[in-house]
Amino acid sequence: MTSSSTSVQSQAQPQRQVHRQRYEALRAAGQGITALALPPATLRSHTLSASDITHHEKIPGGWYHTIRLARGNALRLVNTSGSTSVALMAWCAADTSERLSLVDTMKVQWSISLRKGRVLYTDMGRIAFSIIEDTCGAHDALAGSTTSASNAVTFGAVVARNSRDNFLVAAAKLGLSRRDVAGCVTFFSPVGVNALGKLVWKGDQTGSQRIPGDFVDLRAEMDMLVVLSNAGHPLDPTPSAVPADVDVLHFVPPALSARDPCYLAGSEAARAFGFTKRHVEQGVRV
Amino acid sequence: MSKSLQATDALMDTVIAAQGRWSCVLQRGQTLRVIDLEGQQAVDALFYAAQDTAERYSAQDTVLAQQSAYIELGTRLMSNEGRLMLRVIADSTGRHDTAAGCCSCESNAVRFGEPTKYQHACRENFVLELGKHGMGKRDIVPNVNFFMNVPIDESGDFVVVEGISPPGSYVDLKAEMDVLCVFSNCPQINNPCNDFNPTPVRVLIWA
Repeated sequence: MTSSSTSVQSQAQPQRQVHRQRYEALRAAGQGITALALPPATLRSHTLSASDITHHEKIPGGWYHTIRLARGNALRLVNTSGSTSVALMAWCAADTSERLSLVDTMKVQWSISLRKGRVLYTDMGRIAFSIIEDTCGAHDALAGSTTSASNAVTFGAVVARNSRDNFLVAAAKLGLSRRDVAGCVTFFSPVGVNALGKLVWKGDQTGSQRIPGDFVDLRAEMDMLVVLSNAGHPLDPTPSAVPADVDVLHFVPPALSARDPCYLAGSEAARAFGFTKRHVEQGVRV
Repeated sequence: MSKSLQATDALMDTVIAAQGRWSCVLQRGQTLRVIDLEGQQAVDALFYAAQDTAERYSAQDTVLAQQSAYIELGTRLMSNEGRLMLRVIADSTGRHDTAAGCCSCESNAVRFGEPTKYQHACRENFVLELGKHGMGKRDIVPNVNFFMNVPIDESGDFVVVEGISPPGSYVDLKAEMDVLCVFSNCPQINNPCNDFNPTPVRVLIWA
């Protein structure tokens, strides 16, 4: 057994070296040139033209909002008070077995940091949303959002609505079930990881604070079913059982172009935009 | 307090071939050991409550309960209902991932180029194994990657790097409910999670 496995390994060695070199090259680009080339945060003065806004929804504290967002349309999530977080879960409208995948989003982009120029991937190698504008750059895809268990820790006997239940109810209204609810991204939540692997809320660091009026703009790259939950974040150091309202603007954004920072964010993004277009327009899967 | 576990006392002792898959119901109180026989081999794992598979492992609930990004000795693996499923009661490695998910033909195509979509991947294994239990692709949630080293640094950089599990490394899980365990012995050859060379792993269960 030893001799045969040695011979297999020696045959495979050149291929392993090729794969290792490709991986290191991709990593160097992904964490070097690509990351450095990401655009700066959007200015808070970047207002939308009233004629581009198709709907304005105010989500009360603790509640959720459900949207069928067509490819090419966008949402602006506004942290009007600067004190709350907005969790998002999404499925592809044409086939809800395809959904937002935050593990692929982080892995493919070599980073847990979501900001302007990054994209959100589905589990099928396609792009669900592009982050086309973002004043905040402090979002969490690791710890999720509030649950009844996390609220019990945070608030004790005080009853507070939670994102997990919001997602379950919203999913049911979309014809989905408990099996379809898995993992959310929570915007306006500056969660990081320290050298010991512990989660930290980076609220006291410059550039990671939530400021009233912060917003993030998400352009749908496929037809998506979207649920937003305004029910806080479990690590928020100043939690509220009834968070402030958040504003959501539905609008028509600039179309994807070859100069779009999201499209230009590395070889992975370019391939994924290509796969997404081919799938939507021709029905050809990756 | 831990008693010494001997292979001769195991209820089950099996090898999952390189690139292979496996599933089994672990009963409450039983202990499951995964051994990385040749070292640096990622094992992708999903867990479901045996009585109601809509209750399943939740990476986000687990990360939140520990307030830690990694799986390590003492970690409580939590369900999407916030209930304790399993505990890590022994670990010779020190750190396992639950943020990077499983590999798929589709994500490989994005990451490494379209030709890699025709390579075997963990999601293929998971779909085939879950099918035996009445489940499918939508039941695949962010999983645990035993023996996979994915450090997240303070700048947010996130990368799969060389494993830190020498040959014979092991991790022990104690079931706190009846748990359907579904494993994919990771076939990935495009990143260092398997040292670019998938190898077999061994699984034992004790009462």
